[in-house]
Amino acid sequence: MNALRSLVLKPWIWSFVATVIVWLITIMFTGGASAAGLSQAAFTFAAFSVIVGIGQMFVITLGPGNIDLSVPAMITLSGTVTLKLMGVDNALILPGLAIAIGLGVAVGIGNYAFIKLLRIPPIIATLSMSFIVQSMAIWTNRGIRIKPPALLADFTTSTLWGVPNVALVAFVLSVIAWVLLQKTVYGRWISAIGQSIPAARMAGIPVDGVRFATYVLCAVLASICGYMLASFSGGAALNMGSEYLLMSIAVVVIGGTAVAGGDSNVPGIWGASLFLFLVVSMLNTYGLGAGIRLVMTGVIIIAVIMVASGRKRGRA
Amino acid sequence: MKINLSTDSVRLLIPALSLIVLLCAVFYLQPRAMSYTGLNLLFNLAVPITLATIAQMLIMTVNDLDLSMGAFVSFVACVAATFLPTAPLIGTIILLAAIAAYAVLGVVIHVRQLPSIVVTLGMSFVWGGLAVLILPSPGGQAPVWARWIMTSKPPLMPMAIVASIIIAVITHFIVMRSSFGVLIRGVGGNTRSVERAGWSIISARAGAYALAASFAVLAGIALVGLTTSADANIALRYTLLSIAGVILGGGEFVGGRVSPIGAVIGALTLTLAGSFLSFLRISPDWQIGAQGAILIVVLALRLFLNRLEKREKGR
Amino acid sequence: MSLRPAPVRRWPSFQPGEAVKQIMTGSSHLVPVVEAQGVKVSFGAVRALAGVDLVIRPGECVGLVGHNGAGKSTIVNVINGGLSPHEGTIAYEGEAPGRHGIASARNHGVRCVFQELSLCPNLTVIENMRVMHRALNGWNWRSKAVAAITGKLGEIFPGHRIDCSRAVGDLSIAERQMVEIATAFADVGQKPKLVILDEPTSSLDASLAEQLLAHVRTYVVGGGSIIFISHILGEVLSTATRIVVMKDGRVVADRAAGEFTQAKLVQAMGSVVAEKKDARAARVLKSTAPILSLPPRGGRGMPFEAFSGEIVGLAGLSGHGQTDTLVDLFHSHSGNWLQRSNPAVAFVAGDRGYNGTFPLWSILKNMSIASLGDVSRATFVDSGHEAELGEQWKRKIEIRTQDMDNGILSLSGGNQQKVLFARALAVRAPVVLMDDPMRGVDIGTKQEVYGILRSEAEKGRTFIWYSTEMEEVCICDRVYVFNAGAIVAELTGSDISEDNILAASFTEAVASKAVIGGSIA
Repeated sequence: MNALRSLVLKPWIWSFVATVIVWLITIMFTGGASAAGLSQAAFTFAAFSVIVGIGQMFVITLGPGNIDLSVPAMITLSGTVTLKLMGVDNALILPGLAIAIGLGVAVGIGNYAFIKLLRIPPIIATLSMSFIVQSMAIWTNRGIRIKPPALLADFTTSTLWGVPNVALVAFVLSVIAWVLLQKTVYGRWISAIGQSIPAARMAGIPVDGVRFATYVLCAVLASICGYMLASFSGGAALNMGSEYLLMSIAVVVIGGTAVAGGDSNVPGIWGASLFLFLVVSMLNTYGLGAGIRLVMTGVIIIAVIMVASGRKRGRA
Repeated sequence: MKINLSTDSVRLLIPALSLIVLLCAVFYLQPRAMSYTGLNLLFNLAVPITLATIAQMLIMTVNDLDLSMGAFVSFVACVAATFLPTAPLIGTIILLAAIAAYAVLGVVIHVRQLPSIVVTLGMSFVWGGLAVLILPSPGGQAPVWARWIMTSKPPLMPMAIVASIIIAVITHFIVMRSSFGVLIRGVGGNTRSVERAGWSIISARAGAYALAASFAVLAGIALVGLTTSADANIALRYTLLSIAGVILGGGEFVGGRVSPIGAVIGALTLTLAGSFLSFLRISPDWQIGAQGAILIVVLALRLFLNRLEKREKGR
Repeated sequence: MSLRPAPVRRWPSFQPGEAVKQIMTGSSHLVPVVEAQGVKVSFGAVRALAGVDLVIRPGECVGLVGHNGAGKSTIVNVINGGLSPHEGTIAYEGEAPGRHGIASARNHGVRCVFQELSLCPNLTVIENMRVMHRALNGWNWRSKAVAAITGKLGEIFPGHRIDCSRAVGDLSIAERQMVEIATAFADVGQKPKLVILDEPTSSLDASLAEQLLAHVRTYVVGGGSIIFISHILGEVLSTATRIVVMKDGRVVADRAAGEFTQAKLVQAMGSVVAEKKDARAARVLKSTAPILSLPPRGGRGMPFEAFSGEIVGLAGLSGHGQTDTLVDLFHSHSGNWLQRSNPAVAFVAGDRGYNGTFPLWSILKNMSIASLGDVSRATFVDSGHEAELGEQWKRKIEIRTQDMDNGILSLSGGNQQKVLFARALAVRAPVVLMDDPMRGVDIGTKQEVYGILRSEAEKGRTFIWYSTEMEEVCICDRVYVFNAGAIVAELTGSDISEDNILAASFTEAVASKAVIGGSIA
């Protein structure tokens, strides 16, 4: 009984409950025929949101005002550059991944350099950065669609014991993120900075170093996501990252991470990502258009934030 | 440096300087731009961007940020291109309801102490969805009067510049001179003391949001007047443009430090930056990137001048 | 004992003479401006006010004194409507308002000047008038505001040079305070009947303070009322007609000002008379090289040095650069990009909410955050080791909790402060910086902490201790006195006394030319 109660109190549980409900409703409508297919599709597409969302979550945990808007441009750049460099050569798959990570590191460094050197809020720094990164992507892309190496394309589109490979990758990354946040000194430091930068600084935490590492981490995860997404969809497109700007923030918020910082939540990101995908497919199954779908998504985000982080005004 | 400049005028000086420098650069590269039609072409899209920037500035005055600005302007554009020409009454009612929705948003954000970024993020989906519902595929037509205003050719100066000046004057009056403007800037500067002086912060915030929505509505209508048709994604980039415009114009994210004239200049600078880059014959690939670079250069300049000012003050 | 008790500033002595007595006796049958009865307020488990009766009549200046946490600001907040009493009643001019609140208090002419800045820094002086006075409306409110504020400023502070079209944020601290005071006294369609002044002279120099006090006296003679809060007892004694002493959320004395002397006030406030300094002979520890040093701040005054095993006190009026010095010391000895493997300094916060506690965390996490390096292996936190460290310090410093995994906010203020002490002491750093950490801490906790400090200092640790409490400063081996951001005096051994420190607090720093332009990075 106690275990159940503590489970109910977890902020991430609700996104999973909602996910299951939406899943059941969708399955009922289709008469159970597509249960496996729907689940596989959900895990595949959720995987990409999870990877980007984890990075964004680390940044948001740093406290109010911290947000990375360069994520979509990063996804696009990494997708285009790596596919171009790999050609269709299977031997270059791993070097391609290394390049994706390298690009992420570079953009992350750039982001924090702007934040620190120009003393501008992260939202504007990462925005300016995203303009530059997007341009680089356009320049590399030149409208040519290059296919990914066959091996990589196979890997991203196939399954292992019925579980999509991309979902497995996302799962491994989430476990690493969870360990990082819960078990390491770095995780403590992020949480401390998110609660109060002055307090963190005066407790001897290297605030700049930690924030820098976090922005780099976020860019690297977005870059990895771009690498896999481009391989999964059989080529890079210039708008492939655009939906992930709002998506990455939405999954973090719905997943129960505190928007005010200091408290992050890895399982919730999975729940939120699956939930958002399933809502879309549910509405599609019912034959509702993109308009309703978007409105519903928005209403859900607002409802979640009102329930989760709202508190009454009162004097402390 | 004997002249004693107030912080406010320094804040206005930098955006004005950057606009002039950019304008000179454009004229140098393309002397033919120094004409009525040339200017008209350069500032063609300035009016809707300026109005959206003013709207964003009003939200930033009360220490919030509106990430749904682009989606909202797109939504308004769709309404303006469908309902306004055919059923003006319904169209007007929809737009008034949208303004009321913004006011409610302001109240909810204040009462529940929600982060405005996330709430408006959610709203951007809502407005985007409504826009798609109203106008599933690009099309519609502009109301005749909007078209007429936006394409009119006043003497001496092109429409875009005349309109920008009018907008600057009106918003300067509202934000910097009127009691309401003082109140909302006070809320941004020190909410607690405004509250302690007996004002209702809720209605101040609701008012700021409603006023912002009104300007955003004008932005949407102006945009349709220029483009003659609309689609649900027509103004998505306005979210980021409007924020950048306010910052370029010397506004700040917190503290109620904003400048309407600066915001208008910031919006004009951004519009001009786009035209400048096409004059430079920079390949279209790099145009967005160059805009980012311009943003960074101006912000670096501002940091430099702020430091200079601080050093002057320290002596 | 507060750091600024003596009548340092001298003005023509003012005794509640015949005129005032007349007003006082004459006013006793007048309708009180404010009448608070049996007011009780509690925040969570903390009882801030335990049944306070306070009556303010027209034509009197009530001095409100008491230690930090005695409940002065709370009762003031209740009177100005910012806080509703949980029990008891408040009546303005004889009538109980239908809805207690800021608006009703203001309608009855209650105005307040707060300790912290309560103007909007981004607005001009004139615009602040508009915000502070709702009655100031109409199309020509600007000219009306200019007339009102310049008139009042000229009346209270003749010869001031404040440009009312400037943003308040561009004014100096003293000018802001002047504007704030003038705004409160300004008469814009609605006369102020009761003005509450909370430490109004804290950022004014002697002549400005004198101008203000003179204005307060004439205002009171004219039938207005004042609640005057100040730590400078001399000011209170010379200005107030009646003095109310508060302690632990109660009124413990309420008499005419003439019946008090400085000593009686101190006694009524319940100060523990500082026990004679223990036998700790002034240890001379300056023989070795200093363990920490700073050049004179801003090129003025004396340089700062600290030696191993010393307890160095930082004294002076509050907010004169002591905290900045501590923060500078900390920043210059700890990495902002990478953590040092051997921390050189640890910090104990005084302003817990600002740079002390992490509110989302447990007691244990709050305690261990600064010494995670010692309880982790290869960056992984060893939770067993961490819990062990927690238990060790819980015993050592007696943190009163059942479970170190409880939230930090479940502790009382004093116990939270102990956690912060434990955090700093657990670090292996040889130097501990303390930013007035005993504010609002009960006497028992204080004694325990003093004991720990002494024993740690014996073991060779250095403590640099900023304190606003005189008895704490007197425990130190050596004391630096601050004024206007610079060190103006160094006291050692038997020279460390209240009188010497107070005298030094008003010394002007001289530019120390030798170091200018040198090592000030």
